[in-house]
Amino acid sequence: MTTIKGIAASAGIAIARAFILEHPDFTVEHRKVTDVAGEIARLDSALEKSKAELEAIKERTLQELGEKKAEIFESHLLILADPELIGTVKGKIESDEVNAEYALNEVASQFVAMFESMKSAYLQERAADMRDVTKRILKHLLGLAFMNPAEISEETVIIAEDLTPSDTAQLNRKYVKGFATNIGGRTSHSAIMARSLEIPAVVGTKDVLSQVKNGDMVIVNGLEGEVIINPSEDVIKQYQVKQQEYDAQRAEWRKLRDEKSVSRDGHHVELAANIGTPADVTGVLENGGEAVGLYRTEFLYMGRDKLPSEDAQYNAYKTVLEKMEGKPVVVRTLDIGGDKELPYLDLPKEMNPFLGFRAIRLCLDRQDMFRTQLRALLRASVHGNLRIMFPMIATLTEFRQAKSILLEEKAKLASEGIPVSDSIQLGIMVEIPSTAVLADQFAKEVDFFSIGTNDLIQYTMAADRMNERVSYLYQPYNPAILRLVKMVIDAAHREGRWVGMCGEMAGDATAIPLLLGLGLDEFSMSATSILPARSQISKLSQAEMKDLAAKALEMSTAEEVVELVKSINA
Amino acid sequence: MQQTFRIIDEDGIHARPATALVNTANKFKETESSAEAKGKKVTLKSILGVLSLGLEKGDTITLITEGPNAEEALNALKDVMINEGLGELA
Repeated sequence: MTTIKGIAASAGIAIARAFILEHPDFTVEHRKVTDVAGEIARLDSALEKSKAELEAIKERTLQELGEKKAEIFESHLLILADPELIGTVKGKIESDEVNAEYALNEVASQFVAMFESMKSAYLQERAADMRDVTKRILKHLLGLAFMNPAEISEETVIIAEDLTPSDTAQLNRKYVKGFATNIGGRTSHSAIMARSLEIPAVVGTKDVLSQVKNGDMVIVNGLEGEVIINPSEDVIKQYQVKQQEYDAQRAEWRKLRDEKSVSRDGHHVELAANIGTPADVTGVLENGGEAVGLYRTEFLYMGRDKLPSEDAQYNAYKTVLEKMEGKPVVVRTLDIGGDKELPYLDLPKEMNPFLGFRAIRLCLDRQDMFRTQLRALLRASVHGNLRIMFPMIATLTEFRQAKSILLEEKAKLASEGIPVSDSIQLGIMVEIPSTAVLADQFAKEVDFFSIGTNDLIQYTMAADRMNERVSYLYQPYNPAILRLVKMVIDAAHREGRWVGMCGEMAGDATAIPLLLGLGLDEFSMSATSILPARSQISKLSQAEMKDLAAKALEMSTAEEVVELVKSINA
Repeated sequence: MQQTFRIIDEDGIHARPATALVNTANKFKETESSAEAKGKKVTLKSILGVLSLGLEKGDTITLITEGPNAEEALNALKDVMINEGLGELA
């Protein structure tokens, strides 16, 4: 029995025999041919087979994953029939008297090179589509008889280097119980597909492919990110129990999807989700999110070579607001710097980036960039329930400056006759201790607070969260942190403001009883944590949690607090 | 017949609208449809040709139709450009 670690990409547990999905050798030899017409006929026949295959994949994708995911195969079909490709390949077979696979490879690699040299990152990625289609045709030309995952007819776990879009689309959900790959991360294509298919997956294991043989018994633990190869009977039994528990729990959570988040004694809180892109909203709604508590706008700025335009931002914000259908959407203005860099801004390297020129500090300096984002947000505000918050606010002066810039842009839009919502709430992130301590003063001027615990903890404990040697100081349950959280909540409630939390802590099962007791109004977490949190809260009494929180605030260490919370479950 | 457009889509001409353009051009079998941009001319019946223009927001593209049903074909292509949010009349 061997256990290898990877990244938990899609939750759940799969136990089945391994199916090694290998990408065969596509090496092509260069042959002179005399029967040119015969070569062209071979090519046509390979194209026909590829077309039939792609149409079947497209149809299945359409049925199982919807129109959007099927679009890519529509483009593949067009490439397959493209006169620039096929015409050129046939021309080459005729003029150079070469074999079809050689001609295809030569012509296709020119297109691949063309896409790779394009300026736009989007078009560069089309090289992958070109390769995918070429391989499909080559497979038929070379008569490669590897088994197509679509033909799998018994329960299996797929083991592969990586899975391409067409690999994943071909997986038959009835038989493919899970998969594990050598490469990839939580946001790679294969991981996203696994989550939408609800198949457990572990990616980025580095060497699962070399460790597993076809037919080995394999457990894919997508909850903890591990793959167990040839487990003993006892281990299998143990994981079967885990699997049943997880499935039962998931069924129970599902029932809560359209329910409100209410404690056992009738206290209502809002369970919201953190998102990074408009596409994430689907997951928020599927998991019963009552709001978007944190829309990280950084992703709009990342992975590109220049600032996104006002229109591009407007479209993204509008999409999120519309999809949420009037439910609140808290958008955080650009939080760049620290561990997130934008090469095209050309900012100098800093000794202490987390304490440096980032987030609102950068935006108040680079006002051109900030104003573009605010205009896009204001214009989008008429499409839903928009709330705006500024990150990394350390002083009231910063908040006032940011607010006055926002009001200036709002006035400009009004004078241009562009409609802007009048009910946009304006808040701040509380992640710097100075702001938490002075929350009573801030509460007089802001509409809401959202506590960003990851940074609040790192700044309060003076422990860089990227430095593993001081990771023991990342202590969400330290009474010092709990007292700061309490100060913020009490100060806000005295002024009739609400308080949310959008760090990891908000979705943490140990923290939730304490936060409920401290009076937190909104909990914003990853979408998949919402239903478990709702289930947990429904079993807790807020009155009892108030007493629990009061006790926790008087404790001296994080360990004592954890013991205390554990005692309520006992 | 021809019509020039300015690309307004943030991603330029990407796969989905390019697919729509090629599918539309293919409907008019008798008509020669082509696109001209940055001094390069390609057939509109080739998705690789259309993508190879590497068009980005702000670039202009001229769609040209010749032969039978040229007017009808150009109108259909114009609808795709506008409805897909790809371009505006330049």
